[in-house]
Amino acid sequence: MSDKRLPHDPYNVIITGVGGQGNVLASRVLGSMLVDKGFFVTIGETFGPSQRGGSVMSHLRISKTSVWSPQIPGFRAHIIASLEPIEAIRVLALYGNPEATILCNTRPIYPVPVIRGEEEYPSMETIRKELRSLVPDTLFIDATEEAQKLGSPILANIIMLGAVCGTGVFPVDRHDFRHTISERVKKDQVDINVSAFDIGTGLVPA
Amino acid sequence: MSYLTDTRTDITRLLMGNEAIVRGALEAGISVAAGYPGTPSSEIIDAFSKVARERNMYVEWSTNEKVAMEVAAAASFAGLRTMCVMKQNGVNVASDFLLHLASSGTRGGMVLAACDDPGALSSVNEGESRIFARLVEIPLLEPGDFQDAKDVTKWAFELSEEIRNIVMIRSVTRLSHASGNVRFGPLPGTDRRASFKYHGPLYDPECGPIIAMVVGAAKLQHGPLQEKVKKAARLFESCPFNTYTGPEKPELLIITSSACNLYSREALAILGLEHRVGILKLVTTWPLPPELIKRNLSRTGRILIVEEVLPVLEEQVKILAAEMAEEIGAKKFYGKNSGTIPSIGEMNPDFVLAALSSILGVPYTSVSPPFAEKAGELARTMTPGRGLTFCPGCPHRATFWCIKNVLELDGREGFVCGDIGCYVMGTLPSGFSTVKTLHAMGSGTGIASGFGKLKPFGMTQPVISVCGDSTFFHAAMPALVNAVHQKSPLTMVILDNSGTAMTGFQPHPGTPENVLGEQVPALDIEALCRAMGARVEVQDPFDLEGTRATFHRLIEYEEGAKVLILKQACALSPERRGRKNFEMSVDEAICLGEQCGCNRLCTRIFGCPGIVWDKEAGVARIDEMICVGCGVCADICPSGALIKKEVAGT
Repeated sequence: MSDKRLPHDPYNVIITGVGGQGNVLASRVLGSMLVDKGFFVTIGETFGPSQRGGSVMSHLRISKTSVWSPQIPGFRAHIIASLEPIEAIRVLALYGNPEATILCNTRPIYPVPVIRGEEEYPSMETIRKELRSLVPDTLFIDATEEAQKLGSPILANIIMLGAVCGTGVFPVDRHDFRHTISERVKKDQVDINVSAFDIGTGLVPA
Repeated sequence: MSYLTDTRTDITRLLMGNEAIVRGALEAGISVAAGYPGTPSSEIIDAFSKVARERNMYVEWSTNEKVAMEVAAAASFAGLRTMCVMKQNGVNVASDFLLHLASSGTRGGMVLAACDDPGALSSVNEGESRIFARLVEIPLLEPGDFQDAKDVTKWAFELSEEIRNIVMIRSVTRLSHASGNVRFGPLPGTDRRASFKYHGPLYDPECGPIIAMVVGAAKLQHGPLQEKVKKAARLFESCPFNTYTGPEKPELLIITSSACNLYSREALAILGLEHRVGILKLVTTWPLPPELIKRNLSRTGRILIVEEVLPVLEEQVKILAAEMAEEIGAKKFYGKNSGTIPSIGEMNPDFVLAALSSILGVPYTSVSPPFAEKAGELARTMTPGRGLTFCPGCPHRATFWCIKNVLELDGREGFVCGDIGCYVMGTLPSGFSTVKTLHAMGSGTGIASGFGKLKPFGMTQPVISVCGDSTFFHAAMPALVNAVHQKSPLTMVILDNSGTAMTGFQPHPGTPENVLGEQVPALDIEALCRAMGARVEVQDPFDLEGTRATFHRLIEYEEGAKVLILKQACALSPERRGRKNFEMSVDEAICLGEQCGCNRLCTRIFGCPGIVWDKEAGVARIDEMICVGCGVCADICPSGALIKKEVAGT
């Protein structure tokens, strides 16, 4: 068991986004890294039809004592990592609080009513302003853009995972990540995943 | 090697509830597993299939849940440990056999793993499977966390052999699809032999024929069945998985099971009530062990029962409390019946927090009201809903587009009887709201068969039913047989997308490879329908013109049942994923936008997520990241502004 103290126990992380962005993989990898460090980890996930372009969420509970509810109680998230800007707002209204940390990817995925021109997608400027006014510790990350530079936009999830680890809350580093991701992706994909993880870690001020 | 077959016993792994069930069965030495896909149960058979060779198992996706249970039962009759797996409404499908199986009893340990979906997160019902344990008189076990899911599963096989009957394990979405720490136990050897012994006398539990009941001889089997239930109740008195945590004499006793155990524990911890409130976590929820219940009910006068879907546990506890009233005194019960716990939907820690807060008068505020108010307002004003829609390139969008257009042109108020699969979205604008009835697997065609016979009552509306390829085999075939035989003029549309798509591409009797990767005979849906005597046509739904023309022909033909098979692989299928047939673009010189008179058909009506409305430019655009290049939209644009260019090499 790691000696590192958690700022809260259980420590609650939400990874949210849109079905297909890879939030399940990100949450499993983070969970597995922490179980290997001796923590109790509970993950609750949204499956089913939501994998087809709907809002998705993974709840992670990290604890030194036991497993906990796979659903985080209302307004008790400590970190909200969002792969899509408005999903951060959706989660904030159910699980946020002024002391939380929000890590938010800046690449929108437009909902169908927006595509149809029936509803408006808010400007990035408004999203930045409103999120920061409610949760001062909000950091915007160009994860999709950075992932595209690596040649694969899907790696935005790993960049966001790197950012979560970059907060320094958990005793995990790139070596732990390499070990865990090696069990889950093809051999020739490991290095690029580690690069994505490093980029994410580097985007969070120490 | 899969991590599920790790032979180290000192390790702890992060397992999904469904994987924990699999590991528990492997530790019990399971030989056969069969099921039919359904969220949240599907990962169990998928995981078994990955370790089948290594663990000397036979694993199959069966045609439906009833067949799965029968296949699994055969292994039990031959002395092997076996499991059948299904979602809540799958138990309904299997229930006729289950009733009779409970009566005949089993030999090798047999477990029914039923995964319920409280809140209907991925279902068209909020069904309750636990009732079936009571109904057919078999033991019911509900694991209370991830470690339980493994350990209770292993124990269930032993229990099944001890009482010689099938044992039911009930999981829920938040256990099956959630993950947590699981400590592994030892794996047994894999050398197991099967043999069905039937030479002994009728009803001999070890070597007689296995017969549910001889007609008119209910006493011979129903009596022994109830003896088995009584034996289970005796064993449950000392079951180590039932635990009480809390003070000797609490102010309030929570009785709970399954994921609600975790919600209850969390609520107590948040309120700091562990020294005032006790939790009785029950794994053995039917039959309830009466002495254990009596001991715990005697602790206090107030009882809160926390469970999901129907008040099954609540009612059983109340029955015992009424029987014991003289000894334990009157109790005040809180639960679903009192309205303290919501009677519908999924539970979570907040519902338990609210219940504790109201019963004990303990205030609880999770966050400052101004924050909650402001965050709620942002969510209301800044987050357009994502809703449910077909994937870009989904053949169903093209199919429902054709159906909508054909029915509108036909003008006789025709409609669609829906069925179970991704195409339930035919009820929504994404499927142009063409589906007007929706019930169980196979029911669309059965209902359509009935509508088709209402002509003598003046009903002239054309009737279409839709069903997927897997659903066709599961339950729609008997409905089609009926329609053909009764000369019901329905048009059955079989949406053949080459797999059980909604649950993750499990094979079915129409696919050439089974779950173990073996080549198997693929049943030909077209040939089957012809053999039944239906008029059959086959089309590619991406060919909008051809499909529409065929549809018109079929709905005008009134002499009997017609089948239109629309063959096109799912956009997420391995054969189509990542492959574009066409590069799509919008010719901005041709797209007239709002001036066209098409009412922005492509973005406003057709609604493929791959086409985006560019408000500033006033034209449609292709979102390169999302479009999968199916080319269908090129054929819906009246101006011809959507351009498809064939991708080389396809």
